[in-house]
Amino acid sequence: MEPPEAALVPFPPGLTPELMPRHVAFIMDGNSRWAKERGLPTSAGHEAGYRSLREIVRLSSYWGIKVLTVFAFSSENWLRPKTEVDFLMRLFEGVIRENLEDFKRQGIRLCIIGDATKLPPSLQKLAMEAAEVTRENAVIELLVAVSYSGRSDIVQACQKIAQRVKDGTLEPADITEAVIEEELVTNCIINSPYPDLLIRTSGELRLSNFLLWQSAYSELYFSKSLWPDFGEAEYVDALSSFQQRQRRFGLRT
Amino acid sequence: MESSKSPPSANVFGGFWGFLRRCLFYVLTLGPMPTHVAFIMDGNRRFTRIRKMETGAGHRAGLTSLMSALQYCYEMGITYVTVYAFSIDNFRRKPEEVEHVMNLMLEKLENLLEEESLVTKYGVRVNFWGNLRMLSEPVRLAIEKAMAATSANTGPVLSVCVAYTSTAEITHAVEESCRERLKAVQEGRSSVATLSVKDVERSLYTAGCPDPDVVIRTSGETRLSNFLLWQTSITHLQNPSVLWPGFSIRHLVWSILEYQRAQPYLEKRKRFNF
Repeated sequence: MEPPEAALVPFPPGLTPELMPRHVAFIMDGNSRWAKERGLPTSAGHEAGYRSLREIVRLSSYWGIKVLTVFAFSSENWLRPKTEVDFLMRLFEGVIRENLEDFKRQGIRLCIIGDATKLPPSLQKLAMEAAEVTRENAVIELLVAVSYSGRSDIVQACQKIAQRVKDGTLEPADITEAVIEEELVTNCIINSPYPDLLIRTSGELRLSNFLLWQSAYSELYFSKSLWPDFGEAEYVDALSSFQQRQRRFGLRT
Repeated sequence: MESSKSPPSANVFGGFWGFLRRCLFYVLTLGPMPTHVAFIMDGNRRFTRIRKMETGAGHRAGLTSLMSALQYCYEMGITYVTVYAFSIDNFRRKPEEVEHVMNLMLEKLENLLEEESLVTKYGVRVNFWGNLRMLSEPVRLAIEKAMAATSANTGPVLSVCVAYTSTAEITHAVEESCRERLKAVQEGRSSVATLSVKDVERSLYTAGCPDPDVVIRTSGETRLSNFLLWQTSITHLQNPSVLWPGFSIRHLVWSILEYQRAQPYLEKRKRFNF
């Protein structure tokens, strides 16, 4: 199922529809540096980043990508200056509210993943409402990782499993990879739980504790563009690179 | 199997080359050096195909490459080296290929502890990380013997990931920490909810080993393929296009230089762990 405007947007030349990744993840890095380069406050960088995200979501839904997971705010980001953190929390709330109607029209299913307990109560409530209201949407799933850390994701799965063991519904010897996968916060994804392609912007070559388990076999693409500058052209480059790769999953080609 | 390349100091030119190399490494070490380097040794089979060698020759060439890389790392003073030798996924390859790799490993393990070997020369402590029960008995016994023989060594540490995937390692750690936590809960010492990152880390194979500073994956592929996922959160990832058997001193020097270039930024981000 595609959004109604999809027919009006041409598929990028050079890309093959059958080879599109089903799930793309983004580490949206570079907002602060983008603002600094322009002599603007950090908040301007984050706002520009939001506009970039909107565009990427729009293009992804047109091009048949079924799941997008974006790293908006990591557990470690709580250490940033309070003014910046407060701004970001307000930005997230504002963005969700503003786009709630659009999500329905565009068929976007929203899910906020991460440690919700650290978020302001109003944002927690709004996130739950938005997830509920968009539950039936089927064009594209958008997961926004806020207050998220890959290691904490695994630990919270571990805690749930330990509870099941304590309750007697699971034996320690029966703990398998599948059991852990069921308990990761990305279990809310309906299609393709693991990213086929993980893109990090701003030239940094590391994963920074994002989707650590889930990206075991993801193709990684490191873009030198800062996140607010990552647009259609850069996205096509990343997808093109993905389509040329040979994924073997440990076997021979 | 032919022994690893005759020691560089065996002849005059070898001695001169060794001297030059030590000078080069000295200059390198004036900059920040990684403590722990990890290698995903990809490209052996492509090497075989491209050079039209007989099946399995690529893996043998890869092993020679590994010995050289280790020698250079130890000469540079890098204390921890980890290599991805054989993934659990690789068991699904053709049986002949799996057998060939196992035989090669067995062969290497047998001469690991000889006097002329790297391990003896540098006092290397060797670890093998993975689900060793998946290996055949001769290989598993040879591995246990090697680990026991080197456990008291105080030199650099070489960790070989065999029958390994990170998700299997984490699953094993989750199982261990669940068992321990359950015991603590039953004894009234603790609650399930206080299980933390540290509890899981203690049960990983890598407990006690610092996280890698650099992961180098050869043959140009840009993915981790289920290698050290937990431990590479802020690791600098590199993917030179050279195939593993072709990975030489200049590639290693380049990798170190790249690391040194990124290092000031990495250090700053480490404080925020991002």
